[in-house]
Amino acid sequence: MLDVTDLRIHFDVFEGEAQVLNGVNLHIGQGETVALVGETGCGKSVTIKAILRILPMPPGRIVSGHILYKGQDLLAMREQELHTLRGREIALIPQEPMSSLNPVFTVGEQFTELIRWQGRYRVSWIERLARSFDGVGKRAARQRALDLLEKMNIPDPPRVMRSYLVELSGGMSQRVLIAMALAGNPSLLIADEPGTALDVTTQEQILQLMKDRVEKEKLAVLYITHNLGVAREMTERIYVMYAGEIVEQAPTQELFRAPRHPYTQGLLASIPKLTGGEVLGIEGRIPDYVGPPPGCRFHPRCERAMAQCQEVRPELIPIGPDHMVACHLYEREN
Amino acid sequence: MSESQTPNPEQQAQAVALGRQNAVGSYEARFEDLWRTLHRLRRSTLSLVGLGIVLGIILMAVFAPYAAPYPEDVDSVHFERVFQPPGREFLFGTDEVGRDVLSRVIFGTRISLSLGVTVLVISLSIGLPLGLIAGYMGGPVSTFIMRLTDIFLAIPPLVLALAVSAVLTPTLENSIIAISFGWWPWYTRLIQGQVLSIKEEAFVEACRSAGANPWYIAFKEILPNCLSILIIKVTLDIGYAILTGAVLGFLGLGVRPPTPEWGTMASKGRLHLPARWWMTTFSGLAIFVTVLGFNLLGDGLRDAFDVELE
Repeated sequence: MLDVTDLRIHFDVFEGEAQVLNGVNLHIGQGETVALVGETGCGKSVTIKAILRILPMPPGRIVSGHILYKGQDLLAMREQELHTLRGREIALIPQEPMSSLNPVFTVGEQFTELIRWQGRYRVSWIERLARSFDGVGKRAARQRALDLLEKMNIPDPPRVMRSYLVELSGGMSQRVLIAMALAGNPSLLIADEPGTALDVTTQEQILQLMKDRVEKEKLAVLYITHNLGVAREMTERIYVMYAGEIVEQAPTQELFRAPRHPYTQGLLASIPKLTGGEVLGIEGRIPDYVGPPPGCRFHPRCERAMAQCQEVRPELIPIGPDHMVACHLYEREN
Repeated sequence: MSESQTPNPEQQAQAVALGRQNAVGSYEARFEDLWRTLHRLRRSTLSLVGLGIVLGIILMAVFAPYAAPYPEDVDSVHFERVFQPPGREFLFGTDEVGRDVLSRVIFGTRISLSLGVTVLVISLSIGLPLGLIAGYMGGPVSTFIMRLTDIFLAIPPLVLALAVSAVLTPTLENSIIAISFGWWPWYTRLIQGQVLSIKEEAFVEACRSAGANPWYIAFKEILPNCLSILIIKVTLDIGYAILTGAVLGFLGLGVRPPTPEWGTMASKGRLHLPARWWMTTFSGLAIFVTVLGFNLLGDGLRDAFDVELE
């Protein structure tokens, strides 16, 4: 359903050209739940902003690549067509629940506006005026909003509808945002680290709720997360991203059972376990995108780096059923 | 919401009624907000004084013919009673052609208020859209608009108003045009700054990702977030616009003499200072009180709205 091929995005910054996305490939099938995992600053958010075409350009620049959604190239689409796509076909659950609602309107006002006008690019002021007297339409929109909130297990939806953002807890506004994302009956849901800003128990509830809704509506989901535990719980397949490159992709179970890329292995080792034992981190941090390391972008941090890692960029090679890795370690085996 | 120290039953009933209406829909929620703001305003005595002055001036302007003891004195002459000092018959005295100064000061509220409000309406209707466009679109359009405002802002507004009104014939309409000419760029600048900071908020991006078009985002998502600061700025500015109008009048570039404009009156009376002090003093006091009233109200509103941002 969604196919991202060889997406390269550069940013023009003071220091020069930041090569943030360096040939990203993603595939999401109909009704498939996929996670894009990587540490902060690896380009996850840039990827989804590029998919929704809400990346500020400039400074961003798409150097190459295609984003195909149901056969249409999103990068070739006109702005007008995108407006009917965003929210209706591809919906985003924003990252920060506490700042992603407009503080000067009640939830109800924002939600009914969204339901009544979403997907319309140009609305003449005459129509806007006429529909402002459309009591039936307003009541229907309100009812739909209430239903959607109800489905998100929100206690007392009418109260939430007349609340302002400051009157809601983080968990509650996250639920509202998920309900709003589902309002347009999208086929693809992009969740940008949902619940990261919340405490663990609330996050767990939210994730369970989302999982239920996604299963019921048979949505395709792209989860953006730095939390492997969340990815394991929520998704069928995982892409591991490092410094703007996909380094490994595998079905979730397979990835946890047999991680191949040294970076993935490091990530898994750095998950704290209840059973104790030392938590291993990965030394160093994401490289500078202006003049990134040649060859494999991970090699300065890699314990198993070889001579060719510094020169040749590893390609994604199949290594098992639906399992691909971009690492020179596995090239000889094939 | 904190209730006042001694909740009287009437207030409570009102609050309950408001709460109930609130359940019906969002328009009622708006009224409740207004009520909350007024409640905060009530805690500050000075802003209440400001509100009282402003309301008093508005009432005076509306009911001028009834409030003035000699309504016909706006444009009639009475040579039999020139230069009467303030007394029981003429509370503020009479001027050089025997007109009652109090009546003329009262009718002056109409001139000053309409000048202040019109200047603000014109400035807002030019400055606000330009500021929104400049702030939201960015790029060359923004550069063009903002450099244009910079050119205007480089000249002090009073000097600009003086220059423009010197070219035009001195009438009320032309004073309004002259003052507005240098006034709108302040709003462009204010709104542009606000938009620049608000458009980086996460909810704007969320809105874009939900498929809203740029005009919708600029006018229906970002503009409402600027409203409180606009209300404060406008309230303060009405006072200053009135003051500028009075300065134009005082310098003979504003409203022509028979019209009871405060600045013009003060200017005429100046010739008879210090012996016949009342003409200048009372028209000057009228300007002073009006500007003070709008300033106090503006400051009070700022405090009241700031609480909302906590």
